[in-house]
Amino acid sequence: MTGHPDIGIPADTAVPAPAPLLSVRGLGRRYGTRIGCTDVGFDLWPGEVMGIVGESGSGKSTLLNCLAGHLVPDAGEVIFDTRDRGPVDVLRLSEPERRMLGRTDWAFVHQNPRDGLRMGVSAGGNVGERLMAVGARHYGRIRETASDWLGRVEIAADRIDDRPRAFSGGMQQRLQIARNLVTGPRLVFMDEPTGGLDVSVQARLLDLLRGLVREMGLSALVVTHDLAVVRLLADRLMVMKDGRVVEAGLTDQVLDDPQHGYTQLLVSSVLQV
Amino acid sequence: MYVAVKGGERAIDNAHRWLAEERRGDAEVPELGVAQIREQMSLAVNRVMAEGSLYDPDLAALAIKQARGDLIEAIFLVRAYRTTLPRIGASEPVDTGAMACDRRISATFKDAPGGQVLGPTFDYTHRLLDFALAAEDVPPPEPAATAQASGTPMPRITATLGRDGLIQQEPASDETPTDMTRTPMEFPADRALRLQALARGDEGFVLGMAYSTQRGYGRNHPFVGELRIGTVAVEMELPELGFAVEIGEIVVTECETVNQFAGSRTEPAQFTRGYGLSFGQTERKAISMALVDRALRWQELGEEDTGAPAQDAEFVLAHADNIQATGFLEHIKLPHYVDFQSELELVRRLRREAEAAAGPARQEAAE
Amino acid sequence: MRDLQDDDARSGAGYNFAYLDEQTKRMIRRALLKAVAIPGYQVPFASREMPMPYGWGTGGVQVTAACLTPDDTLKVIDQGADDTTNAVSIRRFFARMAGVATTERTTEATVIQTRHRVPETPLRDGQILVYQVPIPEPLRFLEPRETETRRMHALEEYGLMHVKLYEDIARHGHIATSYAYPVKVEGRYVMDPSPIPKFDNPKLETAALQLFGAGREQRIYAIPPHTRVVSLDFEDHPFEATKADAACALCGATDSYLDEVVTDDTGGRMFVCSDTDYCATRREASETGDSA
Repeated sequence: MTGHPDIGIPADTAVPAPAPLLSVRGLGRRYGTRIGCTDVGFDLWPGEVMGIVGESGSGKSTLLNCLAGHLVPDAGEVIFDTRDRGPVDVLRLSEPERRMLGRTDWAFVHQNPRDGLRMGVSAGGNVGERLMAVGARHYGRIRETASDWLGRVEIAADRIDDRPRAFSGGMQQRLQIARNLVTGPRLVFMDEPTGGLDVSVQARLLDLLRGLVREMGLSALVVTHDLAVVRLLADRLMVMKDGRVVEAGLTDQVLDDPQHGYTQLLVSSVLQV
Repeated sequence: MYVAVKGGERAIDNAHRWLAEERRGDAEVPELGVAQIREQMSLAVNRVMAEGSLYDPDLAALAIKQARGDLIEAIFLVRAYRTTLPRIGASEPVDTGAMACDRRISATFKDAPGGQVLGPTFDYTHRLLDFALAAEDVPPPEPAATAQASGTPMPRITATLGRDGLIQQEPASDETPTDMTRTPMEFPADRALRLQALARGDEGFVLGMAYSTQRGYGRNHPFVGELRIGTVAVEMELPELGFAVEIGEIVVTECETVNQFAGSRTEPAQFTRGYGLSFGQTERKAISMALVDRALRWQELGEEDTGAPAQDAEFVLAHADNIQATGFLEHIKLPHYVDFQSELELVRRLRREAEAAAGPARQEAAE
Repeated sequence: MRDLQDDDARSGAGYNFAYLDEQTKRMIRRALLKAVAIPGYQVPFASREMPMPYGWGTGGVQVTAACLTPDDTLKVIDQGADDTTNAVSIRRFFARMAGVATTERTTEATVIQTRHRVPETPLRDGQILVYQVPIPEPLRFLEPRETETRRMHALEEYGLMHVKLYEDIARHGHIATSYAYPVKVEGRYVMDPSPIPKFDNPKLETAALQLFGAGREQRIYAIPPHTRVVSLDFEDHPFEATKADAACALCGATDSYLDEVVTDDTGGRMFVCSDTDYCATRREASETGDSA
């Protein structure tokens, strides 16, 4: 299941799209005189997962926030292939249009689940919010959908009325994922999704994410400093340094045969650990 | 049999009569005159003028008498009166640099042109009850030497720092600031609006906010660059004349703080400022105001939002006014029968349903 | 030198008609016109400091003052009753400051200022109902920031409002809001109808003009006559206008909102109409209840 006919969002079609889902050109953002990111361009195809790696300060989070509309870039365009209007530059959308996109076709998974959840609202309410925001008005069906999604992210059904405060870090992160995916988005932005989690918890979350991405045919952009995460999730990879993309390619290719000196350093530093 | 409660009118009349009686107190004790309050309760009068936003010592004294010494109630009376006054025009900005100072101190420089003048301050009094004052008919004290007799000019301390570029410059502006009593408050509020709100804000609230910055909630390392209290001329340009004429004098307290310096590799370090100004001798208020003003400038100065209450303009400005606060707080005394009734019915219903649900379960458990 | 003994203030003779100066009234009327043009939208206005405390009806009083003409007949109620102390106080204020006729009859009034109730007697074309509003922002307790709530209204982002209702049902089995129950006006703005019991919500669709004044919060909003007003709910948990399941002990009415009156300290209680005019009118028409 990838859509919710009861709330008016059509299920994803399996027809291969002729155009990229997201097409970025010349994107740049400065902080005063300092470069946040500059001249970034890439295409993301439907069903594709792209990893963005680099150390902190490399510009990968700036890039993600510019793409997701949390930061206003100084230059470039971000073309998204919308369902109803075809490709549009999201940077030129009005605020209401961008917000609508943000709660339907797009999703954003924060590193810290507290930034992406309402901590004072029950798990069911957290998952149901996006449904209600796009017009769902049947309590029973909202609850059913929420319950279904809690199951898909491996949260026990009897926790539906508990608040996320009572959840472990891993559960909170899974709840955040459910809350984001419930409206069947087509593009998911993830910012260090396994960030502050224990290694054992990370593995389970990655496994879950990989399953959902494949099953729903999601396109995703995953920012991380953890090469294991991209190895497992990403089809393709961009390596960033000092706000620029220094290398890009198929994940296995880049990781197994890094061309750029910085990528080599990055890969070898992981192997040493 | 139940009879609907009637007699609201009579009850109100009786309450007002009783209030008048209590206000007068024991008729054996001579009645307090408005002039006595104005002259001998002058700091209370000053506070009422400052937070009432109306410079009129006689009215403030009257309000204090009418309010039985409840200063917030007195401020309320003055504010309600002030609203009805016609607005003839706006004065020129007062020149506090040309103030005839009764008091002028700096914590940043030991001496400065014009010197330090303590003036009529409690600062170095030992807080010992003076039982001599309990006796009536104490002869008036000898007149003290006043500072301004010499007529020494007292340039602003911050101007000294400004000349060397050591403190941020406040650019002059001819823009007419928004009048918060004539325009609804909208956020984000600019500095002129924030200063207005602080100037008429509750002394206790602004003090508490300022104190919180000193204790680390939005710390900004303040020094009292200069505190001055004295008389300034109020001038107004009359369209018929085409130039400004003096229409009166007022006493004000001004505080300029020198704060935490800012700077970076590209911009040389500079001290920053906070500003406080209020009617009358109200220095606790003026200093507090300067600290809170400074805390609220974090954005403009490129500082971090530490989440401190005093950095949150919407929080500070929305809660600083004691007339708004006391009205809304006390309105919960008004009848809320209807709301309460609707809650009562809901709670009863929820309890009924909970019991009904628990009933069969209890039975099952017993079986 | 001002004569401090001047007694004008007591008689109201020294003040403009209905207390406020004409400039201020014009400012309020402009806000009212805008409010009527955009039903349910909260219009900021430069609320004045009134000679009564904030939270005690200063918004309603300013709106009433801006609407009154010398020919008007004013009714003031608080909790449905004309005789509660604050209603008396506000009625006296206008009797003194505007010299208008006052009444306790809903049908005779041209302007009705109310706190917490909508009169039971259906209002007619040409009447104005002025509400006193403590907190005009329906989203306030979900989001304390004015900058954020204004954005939510502008972008019509009302999902959070339903999250609150969802949480109520999840926890209590019912929507647990019993007064100040949020409504959507003409399919656009979510609005707080002021703390009226939800029993009164259906009466928000009326032939009369409804004006809402929040003095301390500096907001005015309106529901023009015959505007669609929908109480927020879920399809499977529809809105219900509830009241105590009893009849008025004085007039026998079963269709009016009831106050519960404690009659002794052993649990004795009775229910009477909250709308005193409605109750009295029925009794005059010699409909009697159990207790009479």
